[in-house]
Amino acid sequence: MSGGAQDQRPVVTGLGVVAPNGVGVKEFWAATLDGRSGIDWIRRFDASGYPVRIGGEVLDFVPKEHIPSRLLPQTDRMTQHALTAAGWALQDAGADPATLDEYEMGVVTASSAGGFEFGQRELQKLWGQGAEFVSAYQSFAWFYAVNTGQISIRHGMRGHSSVLVTEQAGGLDAVAHGRRLLRRGAVRFMVTGGFDASLCPWGLVAQIPHTHLSRRDDPERGYLPFDADACGYVAGEGGAILILEDRHAARRRGAGQEYGEVAGYAATFDPPPGSVRGPALARAIRGALDDAGMNPGEIDVVFADASGVPELDAVEAAAIAEVFGPRSVPVTAPKTMTGRLYSGGAALDAATALLAMRDGVIPATTGTTNVASGYDIDLVIGQARETPVRAALVVARGCGGFNSALVLRHTD
Amino acid sequence: MSEFTIDELVRLMRICAGETEGIDLDGDITDIPFDELGYDSLALLEVFNRVKHEFGAEIPEEMVGELKTPRMALTAVRDALAATAG
Repeated sequence: MSGGAQDQRPVVTGLGVVAPNGVGVKEFWAATLDGRSGIDWIRRFDASGYPVRIGGEVLDFVPKEHIPSRLLPQTDRMTQHALTAAGWALQDAGADPATLDEYEMGVVTASSAGGFEFGQRELQKLWGQGAEFVSAYQSFAWFYAVNTGQISIRHGMRGHSSVLVTEQAGGLDAVAHGRRLLRRGAVRFMVTGGFDASLCPWGLVAQIPHTHLSRRDDPERGYLPFDADACGYVAGEGGAILILEDRHAARRRGAGQEYGEVAGYAATFDPPPGSVRGPALARAIRGALDDAGMNPGEIDVVFADASGVPELDAVEAAAIAEVFGPRSVPVTAPKTMTGRLYSGGAALDAATALLAMRDGVIPATTGTTNVASGYDIDLVIGQARETPVRAALVVARGCGGFNSALVLRHTD
Repeated sequence: MSEFTIDELVRLMRICAGETEGIDLDGDITDIPFDELGYDSLALLEVFNRVKHEFGAEIPEEMVGELKTPRMALTAVRDALAATAG
């Protein structure tokens, strides 16, 4: 294969993060390596009357410091986070969209809930004051595709733009779709990732019936994936944006850095409950490795989906042990410091994996201290582990049967 | 009811739809088209909704699109107020 063809590998050149334990890549990464959690009692509203009282809120984000006043009245919090992270990611990539071909730039984000808090506010107006008090911006501010749309409008990106809705697998699916579009030659520059922010009364009551949310009244012990004491997960808000470009184009425009290559991806769907066929997670992991042309032994760390629901933890631990061998690869879940961010979670995990590759350190899974017996995985707990990371696998599952796996690899 | 002035209109534009960077709403904007000021049809729907709640002047939705400048908006609101008073 010629060097030119090699150069068309899809590489990540910029990152933007808004997370409960850090706003901005620098803050988030420092907190993540230190084991500082953003999970706490819900503070934005009085949650004392709800069966779920802890969450991963982004409290250090002042919208008017980041969002033009023109956009404030028409955006939900998740969109404000997404727009801010997209701006930071572009800056990080050293990319000025005004200098690039508008039809060669596209946006693919994942969304799970849409603009729930915006919708709640307008519903309150509808029933409290009357229909004529409902904002005209409700027409799009609640919508799943709104983050993609607002990013594309703000930065003049008129190439392919879309949204993927696959619950918590969405963050990986969006990155993978960006890669697919780059490979097709449809675009040269993709803004990808995912954001959700549905920690508001209406958003919370919509999640509670699912029973996977942790009802434990203890921020320290509320989300303990793979632990013998696991009790479900904590919901969080935020996510990450990743700039994806073909390597040749990135180098030609003088991109600042390459965090790594999106080397492999696969997605599978679980059979319905009660089926004799087993879960399809291991098949997704194998598929991603095959797509990357890599052996399990070449993966230096697995970022786990880490559901925190014991039955789902068991499925994931078994899948990892099956593909890699018992305790053969370090596994981690830094999302124990943010909660599960819905469409933002896997995007943030992908960003975290790239930072781990850059700095040669695997952040720890916090909270979990006592891995349940029978889980044959080498979970990184206690403190971050310094070790070269040349390639990482990110696993994500979405409620309803979505399984996705993404391989990220160093480009040197 | 006090007269509906450009200052009131600008106040409601700011509340409903914010400001566009690089445009001074405190300058003489009376004859600058709303789209040049950065206000699209949805933004104006929001503004006239607010005008209705605060001043009682109802501008029909289909008419909002015809009001291209702040001057035209002021005239329409004053006419609507006069019609109500009459």
